[in-house]
Amino acid sequence: MDHFTDKFPPMDLMRSEKMTFVQLIIPAESAHRAITYLGQLGLLQFRDLNAEKSPFQRTFVNQVKRCAEMSRKLRFLMDQTNKAGIKSSCSVLKSDIYLEDIETQLAEHEHEIIEMNSNSEKLQQAYNELLEFKIVLQKACSFLVSNHGHAVAEERELEENVYSNGDFVETPFLFEQETLPGPSKSNQSGLRFISGIICKSKVLSFERILFRATRGNMLFNQAPADEQIMDPISTEMVEKTVFVVFFSGEQARTKILKICEAFGANCYPVPEDITKQRQITREVSSRLTDLEATLDAGIRHRNKALSSVGGHLAKWMDMVRREKAVYDTLNMLNFDVTKKCLVGEGWCPLIAKTQIQEVLQRATFDSNSQVGVIFHSMDALESPPTYFRTNSFTNPYQEIVDAYGVARYQEVNPAVYTTIIFPFLFAVMFGDWGHGICLLLGALVLIAHESKLSNQRLGSFMEMLFGGRYVILLMSLFSMYCGLIYNEFFSVPFHIFGASAYKCRDISCRDAHTTGLVKYREPYPFGVDPSWRGSRSELPFLNSLKMKMSILFGVVHMNLGIMLSYFNARFFGSSLDIRYQFVPQMIFLNSLFGYLSLLIVLKWCTGSQADLYHIMIYMFLSPFDNLGENELFWGQRPLQVLLLLLAVIAVPWMLFPKPFILKKLHNERFQGRTYGMLNTSEADLEVEPDSARQHREEFNFSEVFVHQMIHSIEFVLGSVSNTASYLRLWALSLAHSELSTVFYEKVLLLAWGYDNLIIRLVGLVVFAFATAFILLMMETLSAFLHALRLHWVEFQNKFYHGDGYKFRPFSFATLTEDEN
Amino acid sequence: MYGFEALTFNIHGGYLEAIVRGHRAGLLTTSDYNNLCQCETLDDIKMHLSATEYGPYLQNEPSPLHTTTIVEKCTLKLVDDYKHMLCQATEPLSTFLEYITYGHMIDNVVLIVTGTLHERDVQELLEKCHPLGMFDSIATLAVAQNMRELYRLVLVDTPLAPYFSECITSEDLDDMNIEIMRNTLYKAYLEDFYRFCQKLGGATAEIMSDLLAFEADRRAVNITINSIGTELTRDDRRKLYSNFGLFYPYGHEELAVCEDIDQVRAVMEKYPPYQSIFAKLSYGESQMLDKAFYEEEVKRHCLAFEQQFHYAVFFAYMRLREQEIRNLMWISECVAQNQKSRVHDSVVFIF
Repeated sequence: MDHFTDKFPPMDLMRSEKMTFVQLIIPAESAHRAITYLGQLGLLQFRDLNAEKSPFQRTFVNQVKRCAEMSRKLRFLMDQTNKAGIKSSCSVLKSDIYLEDIETQLAEHEHEIIEMNSNSEKLQQAYNELLEFKIVLQKACSFLVSNHGHAVAEERELEENVYSNGDFVETPFLFEQETLPGPSKSNQSGLRFISGIICKSKVLSFERILFRATRGNMLFNQAPADEQIMDPISTEMVEKTVFVVFFSGEQARTKILKICEAFGANCYPVPEDITKQRQITREVSSRLTDLEATLDAGIRHRNKALSSVGGHLAKWMDMVRREKAVYDTLNMLNFDVTKKCLVGEGWCPLIAKTQIQEVLQRATFDSNSQVGVIFHSMDALESPPTYFRTNSFTNPYQEIVDAYGVARYQEVNPAVYTTIIFPFLFAVMFGDWGHGICLLLGALVLIAHESKLSNQRLGSFMEMLFGGRYVILLMSLFSMYCGLIYNEFFSVPFHIFGASAYKCRDISCRDAHTTGLVKYREPYPFGVDPSWRGSRSELPFLNSLKMKMSILFGVVHMNLGIMLSYFNARFFGSSLDIRYQFVPQMIFLNSLFGYLSLLIVLKWCTGSQADLYHIMIYMFLSPFDNLGENELFWGQRPLQVLLLLLAVIAVPWMLFPKPFILKKLHNERFQGRTYGMLNTSEADLEVEPDSARQHREEFNFSEVFVHQMIHSIEFVLGSVSNTASYLRLWALSLAHSELSTVFYEKVLLLAWGYDNLIIRLVGLVVFAFATAFILLMMETLSAFLHALRLHWVEFQNKFYHGDGYKFRPFSFATLTEDEN
Repeated sequence: MYGFEALTFNIHGGYLEAIVRGHRAGLLTTSDYNNLCQCETLDDIKMHLSATEYGPYLQNEPSPLHTTTIVEKCTLKLVDDYKHMLCQATEPLSTFLEYITYGHMIDNVVLIVTGTLHERDVQELLEKCHPLGMFDSIATLAVAQNMRELYRLVLVDTPLAPYFSECITSEDLDDMNIEIMRNTLYKAYLEDFYRFCQKLGGATAEIMSDLLAFEADRRAVNITINSIGTELTRDDRRKLYSNFGLFYPYGHEELAVCEDIDQVRAVMEKYPPYQSIFAKLSYGESQMLDKAFYEEEVKRHCLAFEQQFHYAVFFAYMRLREQEIRNLMWISECVAQNQKSRVHDSVVFIF
């Protein structure tokens, strides 16, 4: 057997890559370059040698900080470009710009943009004020018409004062001028007003407070502004409302002004004289157009500046991110005693060693270093990480396995078998070639756009779908195959492979449901005979077929699992596991369920009427009784007795010997070493501190025994329950076909029965949606989950430990995914 | 129904309790504080915080940092957490969460009123307000001249209105009056909160009454210590104590007549839960009392997380976060002013 298996070609995915623990001693001058090159290569996983140090105590903390600061600036610029809505056109860049250049450039750009922003903010504020004033003027007029004729002389004069000094833009609150009324000219009417503008959301509470503050002695008028005004802080458009408050008295006035201030309402004076108003409106409008032009020019200027940077941003972002990763990695290294070299440790795959060495040499050469990088393997305490080289086809299957647990280092990888078995088991539950074609189309679309989609950021759901495109492809192909066997196309049988072997008893075909059909020619060559659909024999036949098929698949699948445990044991050189675990397990499973499978196949081949339930049950209850009509072959009874005996023997076989032998081995190993421990010299301890530590592990017999007991019981009970668990293949397949029959017959055919276009259309739509959402989405999901369970539980618990950890090399390629 | 919260609590409160426990797991640990205390500059602090839940809030701050920026951003995180929880909450949890902010509201009102009294700019004052205690018309507080106006103009719209019934006078606002107003409001607030929690019943009532009683007692002691040597009469002082807590009612009578710190101490040592606070302090020492109280408070808040299916975890989380922000402020100040030897004076480790 050993000889035979050794001749297999090497399977990359079967066992994880051989890893080796390496130490790098890098001269300080070439360290940065070496790490950069290693990041490009992406095949070395560094170990953090400074784990006990906090981030800001590490060596390269300043560089990391600089990178963080730069990425902050980049984010700021990115934000600004996005806000300005500039599409960054990717300009071609010289590849060899240095970080320092970027840093200075970034600082310049940031400074420039900030300055421009503050300028335009000032302008914007002035513009806003003018705009508000204009709106207030327009709106307030209508309120003031009634007051017309009470024109207040003082204000007229005042207005002239205000607008003659001309620096409109600079006065933040225009009402300040208004608040200097000469005491001599007290107003004639006793009624005064303040007009202004306020955010629409605040109007209600503003009015309420005003009412309270003046004890109701005021009149509040409001009108919504026609234009929205930009809020300079959030740069959002805000709706505002113009108000005019009429009141009397000086105290009320100060109060109202204070409230206005508290509410952020801007007050603007409105003259009561119409000619005056017109004049001011004209002035304001002309100023507005001026300002608008200035603002536009400013924005254009800024956009130009931004778009000149925009092209570089993505590239710079990438560079800074890489630099930061390099320094983060450098921080994991140790300085040696002389402070001239950096010492790093890590894991790398054995096959990548030459590549790494090449890269390190290149780094030494490129940085003109006198001393090369020292790179050598070391022994390591911990177990190596697990690394599988996958491609886009095998990756999703590896992910399926990893989701359960990452394989122990060099243990058999179930993903090899999952690639085919998983889609196949899925298809057994999802057998319908119509639905299969739909899935296939979906998978093909994903695969056709592979190059485009792989560069895009997809939503989490789409990403999952895209990642599993090859799984979907195989699933769809297999479900078309199974669908052809079940002969179902959206639950409709087709005569693809010739005519049916059966016909009705009479022409009317009325008794097909009650008495069944008559066979009149050779059997249908491939799959289920289409004539059976709806006939009496359909369900009994399909049930029996699918049920027995599920058991056969299950037994084969579990046997494969146990076989893999043999490969594991052989690889790790544990003959104990082979003799006292693999062999009895094999015997136990096959003497019971292997025998059942044999009976199923025999019954299919011979067409016997024997009752398999009866045989299996009485094999346990009364093994020596005569089988009677249930006898399938000669010598069945003695064989059954033998198998039962084997199964009974297998249970203690897998339970007792292993822990006792382990105990014996342990005792032998330390026999007479109880005294020897003292004699071992210190040198001996230093040479092998690790191995010594491992050997001195406490051997706890009861723990080992309990562990073994749990395992054995789990296996014995599990082989029954797991076999039963495979019947889900049958159940799901039945459910799927029945569900699609219901939708076809009760929706589509029913609607087609009416001679009404609308009803037919509605029926078609309902059928299409039911097919798409219930059958194609939910059923796919449920079949997927059940297939997943069959793999994780029934298959993998026979051999898979899954307690390893993944190999995570330092690589630039994975960086972009971490950020954002 | 006491003891049966497990049956129904998760219908409405389960999600938020999970959220708040998740937030609590994000609080800084002792090792974080140890690392923070070793920082040399504010940038180091930022860098260390970038690995914590504060990271996203600080990452876009330009480099010359100030303590105020750090504190502001950290507070923003607390506020965001709070707002998220408030959005998700249903009755009665939403009311409970709102109650938590009333304390800040009182502080903000007092801050604005005092500020206006000393003719400070309103915008400047608004920036200093705690964001959790903001309400719409808070800026209008500056208009009011006396308590009556204060109430009639602004506070009648806020949840604080009912608490005001006890302190409406036509007296002009001055420092003394404002301080009395603060304490009267706080007293009314604590009593109202206490009643509300009692109404909720169950574990919430049990734990919250413990936490609030501690709060009330601490305020009572602080009022006593702060009013020693002022013109506040004993009766007035007595009126400011909340009508629940361990000191109520006999302890209050004794506290009301205290004339120096050692008398306060004598009163407190009669109550076993507070003996431990004084065990560490020497006689006549009042500076460290605050820290001792904070430590005791943090301990109690941490314990609130030991029990499930109650609302006190929300209260405890908010308070723990606030304590954490106080710690960060202290550490940052010490680092910024090169007083690293004093870092440990006022930092209260949470775990």
